[in-house]
Amino acid sequence: MRVQLFVTCLIDTFFPETGEATLRLLRYFGVDAVLPTEQTCCGKPADSGGYRYESRKAAEHFLSVFGRSTDPIVVPSGSCASMVKNHYPELFRDDARLHAQATAVAGRVYELSQFLVNVLKADRAGLKGRGKITYHASCQLTRELGVKEEPLALLRSLDAAEFVPLPSADRCCGFGGTFMAKMPEISMALADEKLDTILSTGADTVTGCDHGCLMNISDAIRRRGAAVQAKHIAVVLAEGLA
Amino acid sequence: MSLPTGSIPFRENAAQAIRNEALRAAMRNATGVFAVKRADAVSAVPLEEWRDKASETRLQVLDHLADYVDRFAKSAVRAGATVHRAKDAETAREIVACLLKDHGIQKAVKSKSMISEEIHLNDYLEKQGVTVVETDLGEYIIQIAREHPSHIIVPAIHKDRRQVGKLFAEKLGCAYTEDPAALTKIARAKLRQEFLSAEAGISGANFAVADSGSLVIFTNEGNGRMCTTLPRLHIAVTSIEKIIPSVADLPKFIRLLPRSATGQVVTTYLSMITGTRKAGEATGAKDLHIVLLDNGRSSIVAGEYREMLKCIRCGACLNACPVYQTVGGHAYGSTYPGPMGIILTVLLEGMERAHTLLDATTLCGACADVCPVKVPLPRLLRRLREQRTEMGLTPTMERQGMAGFGMAAKSPTLFGAGQQAARLLWPLARKIGVKGTLARMPIPAEQPFRRRIS
Ligand code: SF4
Repeated sequence: MRVQLFVTCLIDTFFPETGEATLRLLRYFGVDAVLPTEQTCCGKPADSGGYRYESRKAAEHFLSVFGRSTDPIVVPSGSCASMVKNHYPELFRDDARLHAQATAVAGRVYELSQFLVNVLKADRAGLKGRGKITYHASCQLTRELGVKEEPLALLRSLDAAEFVPLPSADRCCGFGGTFMAKMPEISMALADEKLDTILSTGADTVTGCDHGCLMNISDAIRRRGAAVQAKHIAVVLAEGLA
Repeated sequence: MSLPTGSIPFRENAAQAIRNEALRAAMRNATGVFAVKRADAVSAVPLEEWRDKASETRLQVLDHLADYVDRFAKSAVRAGATVHRAKDAETAREIVACLLKDHGIQKAVKSKSMISEEIHLNDYLEKQGVTVVETDLGEYIIQIAREHPSHIIVPAIHKDRRQVGKLFAEKLGCAYTEDPAALTKIARAKLRQEFLSAEAGISGANFAVADSGSLVIFTNEGNGRMCTTLPRLHIAVTSIEKIIPSVADLPKFIRLLPRSATGQVVTTYLSMITGTRKAGEATGAKDLHIVLLDNGRSSIVAGEYREMLKCIRCGACLNACPVYQTVGGHAYGSTYPGPMGIILTVLLEGMERAHTLLDATTLCGACADVCPVKVPLPRLLRRLREQRTEMGLTPTMERQGMAGFGMAAKSPTLFGAGQQAARLLWPLARKIGVKGTLARMPIPAEQPFRRRIS
């Protein structure tokens, strides 16, 4: 099976090891993952910031790059996957041609954990893990994509790791894209509260499907000097691969 | 009364609120309790079906709002009420003041009404020499503290019982107690005298029923009933979108509103007031005046934000909002706080004044999850942000940054160059910082992922 990988600009720029982990995982399951090198950003920061013109520019580019094939598109981020799946059609509401393209591309998009569980049945593959892991349910993943069970199924399936549920797991961590920059006081307060709940679980790792949130949580960890690590779910899963 | 000019300093207000430990604790506590109770109250009911039906009914009214206003007015007049239409806040205030003056009334008791807050009624009446006594316990607390509500259904949510105890001791001259039951008793004794001596009662309405002309009021303390039945004159101020078609539609809201608001299965008191006191009836106002406020709603309903008018003011979106939970209602500097408040304030008070509130959301969507009438709050918030940008109200730096982003996003070459530049400039940029945000992010990787593997 072949898929197109949209690695997201955040992972591409800041967290290449998560991109690598994603590739390793997909290859482990025999998937031929193609990485179109012309990819940039889905446009999410402009979209949530209220910059429709700019987010359309990004979206048009995405459609031209990913519109070339009919393969499934795998995205290791709930918010970017939802941007393409749910917001693109809305963004092009007044342009019939682009709207049709957007709808077609939207139908091919999978968030990584969704693809791993629903298509590859990776939760039945006996993957290995380690330590005590808890999970933050990011907002767009949970509420816009409706992906709630898939990451949990993956984490619970890990051999040699203990999964502990996070209280109020789907409460916002305060990242919110441009919110982090525009409202730093509230953003940090929310990240601090998120960290409190993480520490209450006694986990040594908090994972999730969105690097934006994990970055904000990592900052809270750093500011407090807490002994817990925030890791993308792709990294957690890839660590246990032979 | 004119509104303060300039845009609302939301970020500054919020930063201050965050340092207020007592406020944080009170908010965390109260919103947490309401959220849990609500979740309990809706866990075993066909919630989705109820929400769809309620939303449909609200849309049905909005689709023909002008007709429904006429129908309600006719029915209310038939039942013996006098109906006044107020196009804006100023007109509504004047109508109420004139009515009181005409009746020679200097003191009125009042039950909770957010519309009266929207039109700044109390301040106005006080300036006219009328004493208004708030009789909802929360409103009473707020009134003697000389504050404004920080929540649309729990006005004093930001105060804990110690603060209320101190306030009562100081303002009412009673001995300090922080026992809620004792505090309630003190307030009740004070208010009882007010009810018995008041010549006018002012109320709002949760719903106005088009086919019967009835006003429907939900309360938990029974004060609404006393305000509207004891005094000879009852003035109800409500807004046009509160209309529902028929009494038969009421159950949809009776089951959803209290559950969403406080997690109660039913409200403690439900009053339906249809016209004036009839011959042979023991209670009810002899004179009933209904002020129907428009204040921009007729034009909102014709535009793309119309769905905001479905709102039944339950407050669930406030309780669910992580930003509201953290900063409380006063930080919004508006009559209505929280997710619904951001949208309503922009629509009612204008983008210039309220655009700063559009940053008071992470767009997490928790509000839309709980809204009993399915107001698409995150979508409306995003759309308003787009409008703010179109109006040129965002900071210049941000606009330039986004323009650069737009160019880079469509050109892989520029995008790659941007990544490289970011890597190089990061240490310097961190020092001058985008409000310190860069220091909260890692340094860009030496080589972007795409370079590494291609
Ligand atoms: S928007 Fe919805 S949740 Fe918020 S107050 Fe209105 S009805 Fe309640």
